[in-house]
Amino acid sequence: MADMILKKSALADFIKSLSGSYKVFTPSREGQEVKFASNQGKVLLDFQNTLLSPKDFFFPQSERMFEYSTDPAAADAFILKDIATEPEPRLVFGIRPCDARAFVILDRIFKNDQYTDSYWFARREATTLIGLGCQNPCPTCFCLSVGGGPFSEEGLDVLACDLGETLLFKPLTEKGQQALDKAEGLAEADDKTSQEAARIKEQAEAAISSRISTDKIDEKTVMELYEAPHWEVVQERCLNCGVCTFVCPTCHCFDIQDEVAGKVGDRIRNWDTCMSWLFTQHGSGHNPRADKTSRVRQRFMHKFKYIPMKRGGDIGCVGCGRCIMLCPVNIDVRDVVRDMNA
Amino acid sequence: MSNPYKPYPVRIDKVIVETEDKNLRSFRLVFLNPEDDKAFDYTPGQFAELSLAGYGEIPIGIASSPTEKGHLLFTVNKVGAVSSALHNMKEGDIMGVRGPLGNSYPLKDMEGRDIVIVAGGFAVTTLRSTITWMLDPANRDKYGKITFVYGARTPGMLLYKDEWRAWQKRDDIDPYITIDREHPDWDGLVGLVPAVLEEANPGSENAVALVCGPPIMIKFTQPVVEKLGFADEDVIMSLENRMKCGIGICGRCNVGPEYVCKDGPVFTKAQLNELPREY
Ligand SMILES: Cc1cc2nc3c(=O)[nH]c(=O)nc-3n(C[C@H](O)[C@H](O)[C@H](O)COP(=O)(O)OP(=O)(O)OC[C@H]3O[C@@H](n4cnc5c(N)ncnc54)[C@H](O)[C@@H]3O)c2cc1C
Ligand code: SF4
Ligand code: SF4
Ligand code: FES
Repeated sequence: MADMILKKSALADFIKSLSGSYKVFTPSREGQEVKFASNQGKVLLDFQNTLLSPKDFFFPQSERMFEYSTDPAAADAFILKDIATEPEPRLVFGIRPCDARAFVILDRIFKNDQYTDSYWFARREATTLIGLGCQNPCPTCFCLSVGGGPFSEEGLDVLACDLGETLLFKPLTEKGQQALDKAEGLAEADDKTSQEAARIKEQAEAAISSRISTDKIDEKTVMELYEAPHWEVVQERCLNCGVCTFVCPTCHCFDIQDEVAGKVGDRIRNWDTCMSWLFTQHGSGHNPRADKTSRVRQRFMHKFKYIPMKRGGDIGCVGCGRCIMLCPVNIDVRDVVRDMNA
Repeated sequence: MSNPYKPYPVRIDKVIVETEDKNLRSFRLVFLNPEDDKAFDYTPGQFAELSLAGYGEIPIGIASSPTEKGHLLFTVNKVGAVSSALHNMKEGDIMGVRGPLGNSYPLKDMEGRDIVIVAGGFAVTTLRSTITWMLDPANRDKYGKITFVYGARTPGMLLYKDEWRAWQKRDDIDPYITIDREHPDWDGLVGLVPAVLEEANPGSENAVALVCGPPIMIKFTQPVVEKLGFADEDVIMSLENRMKCGIGICGRCNVGPEYVCKDGPVFTKAQLNELPREY
C-alpha cells in the first residue's frame, strides 16, 4: 500500500469519483457550526473539529431497533421484528484522529466477551474512514496524554495530511486501499513528500502543550478514588446538565423505549446520560446515585478508571476537549484528572 | 450477526395472583417456537428481560428451575409502567422474553457444602429456582444440609405456598417460614427473618449462605450471618439495579467497574466490600 498524493484543486472531483460507490460525507460549515454533510460542493479543510462528535454515524441519537403490530387481529401481533434495512456503504472524509480512536474504544464497549451490538457493527463495517491529521490543535486538546495524537492512525482506514497545495493519503487498511483504488486524481507520492508529512506530524505534536498524567490512577483502588474529597468540590459547580456526555465521542449510554402510533409500534434506543437522576432510579423509588456528587463522579470514574480496568487498559477519553469547551460552568476534565491522579 | 436485543416470543400460559394485596402475580410463559425453548438454557440465579410490545422491558429473576421443563415462571411486583401493564395481561396473551441474562448462583462451587438460604419478601424468586433445582433427585446428593429461612409481613404475603408446604413435609430440607407479627390465620413461626435465622442457628462450618431480600432485611441479617461465623466469601447476594440492555452495553447498571446485568447480579459479600455502595 503506497502513499498517494492529490492536488487540492482536484479534491472536488476526487470526492465525486467516490460518490458512485459510497455515500460520501465531508466537513462543512453551517453558520458557526462545523458538521459532516453529504453532497457538498466545497470540502472544508480549514476547521478545528466538528462541534458534535461523529458518534452518530454508528450510534444515532435516536434509533429504531424493532417494529411490531399492536393490532390484536394481526397474526404477528406483539411480536418484535427486525427492521429490514441494510446499512448503506458510506465514506467519511476529514474525520479527526481523536474521534476515530473514540470508535475503537466504543468497539470494545459495543462488543464484550459475550455480546455484540449488531446495530453498531453493521454500520461500522459498511463505513470507510479517511482521517485528516490535525495541524492546528485547539488549546483544549490533550490527545497525546491519553494514548492518541494529532496524526494517530488508530481506527482510520486512510490518514490524510494537508501539505498546502496537495493532500497526502496514507492507506492503513484493506478497506482504505479499496477506496483509494476507486478514486480519481491520485498519483503515487515520492519519498520527499512522505518525509514532509512526517515533519508536519512532529510539528503538530509539539504544538499540543496541554498534558495530563494518569499513571497514579491505575495504582489507586476503586475505593480510594471513589472516596476522595475532591468530588465534593466539582459537584458544587456541576449542573448535571449532561452537555459533556452529549458532545463526548466516547459517551455511549442509552435508554430503550417503546413508541406506539395507531396500530404499529417501534422499540427505540436513545442516547441517555449518567448525569440524570432518573438514569439509576428504581421502580421502588430507591436511587443508588441519588445525589449530584455520585453522578458527576460516575462520569469521570467510568472514563478514567472503570473502562481501563475492564476494557484492556485504554482510557475511555480521547482528549478531544469538547466537554471542556462546552461545559456551561467551565468544568475542565483535565483538572478533575489531575485531582484523581494526585 | 444475531441481535442480542431481540426477545423470543412467548404466550402467557397461566397467571397466578400470589399475594393478598394482589400486587404480586406469577406468570407462567411458554415459548411459541420450540427451538427457542432449547436455546433458553438457564441456571438458577439468572434473570431475563420481560418484553411487552408497546411498553418496554423489565429485568425479572427467573423463578422456575431448569428442572421444570416446558415453561418459565416469573413473579412480578406491580410498581411502575411495564410491571403494571404486565399485571393487566391475560392468559393467552403474547409477549417476549430475552435471556437468560447475568451470572448465576455458584452452584458448582457450592457442591459438597451445607446451604443456608435466607429470603425476605418477594426477593425469594430466584431462590425458589435454586431450591427446586437442588431438591431434584439428580442434584440433591451434591449438597449437604439445606436450611431455608423465609419471611414476609403477613401469611397472605408469602409466595409459593404450595412449594414450601411440600418442602416442610420433606426430610432433606429444613424450612423456617415466618411472618412478622401474630396473625389469626397463622400457626407457624412468628418473628423477623434475622431473629429466626439466629434461632435456627444453622452451622457455618463448610456452609454457604445465600441472602436475598429488601435492603432493610439485608441490613439486619448481615450481622447475624457474621455472628453465625460465615466468612464474607461465603455470603452470596443478588443485586438489583435499574437496567435496560441487560448485556453490559448500555452503561446503566454499574456498581463501580462491575455491570450488575452481566458481571452480576450475583456477588459475594467479599466482592461487594471492594465496591462503592451504588445499589
Ligand atoms: C436482576 C433483577 C432481578 C429482578 N427480579 C425481580 C423479580 O423477580 N420480581 C420483581 O417484581 N421485580 C424484580 N426486579 C425489579 C424490577 O426489574 C423492577 O421492579 C421493574 O423494572 C420496574 O419496572 P416498571 O416499568 O414497572 O417501573 P418504572 O418505574 O416505570 O421503570 C421504568 C423502567 O426502569 C427500569 N427499572 C426501574 N426499576 C428497576 C429496578 N429495580 N431494576 C431494574 N430496572 C428497573 C426498567 O427498565 C423499567 O422498565 C428485578 C430487578 C433486577 C435488576
Ligand atoms: S457539562 Fe459541565 S455542568 Fe453540565 S453535566 Fe457536564 S460537567 Fe456538569
Ligand atoms: S471526556 Fe471530554 S475530552 Fe474526553 S473524549 Fe469526552 S468530550 Fe473529549
Ligand atoms: S443494563 Fe445495560 S449495562 Fe447493565
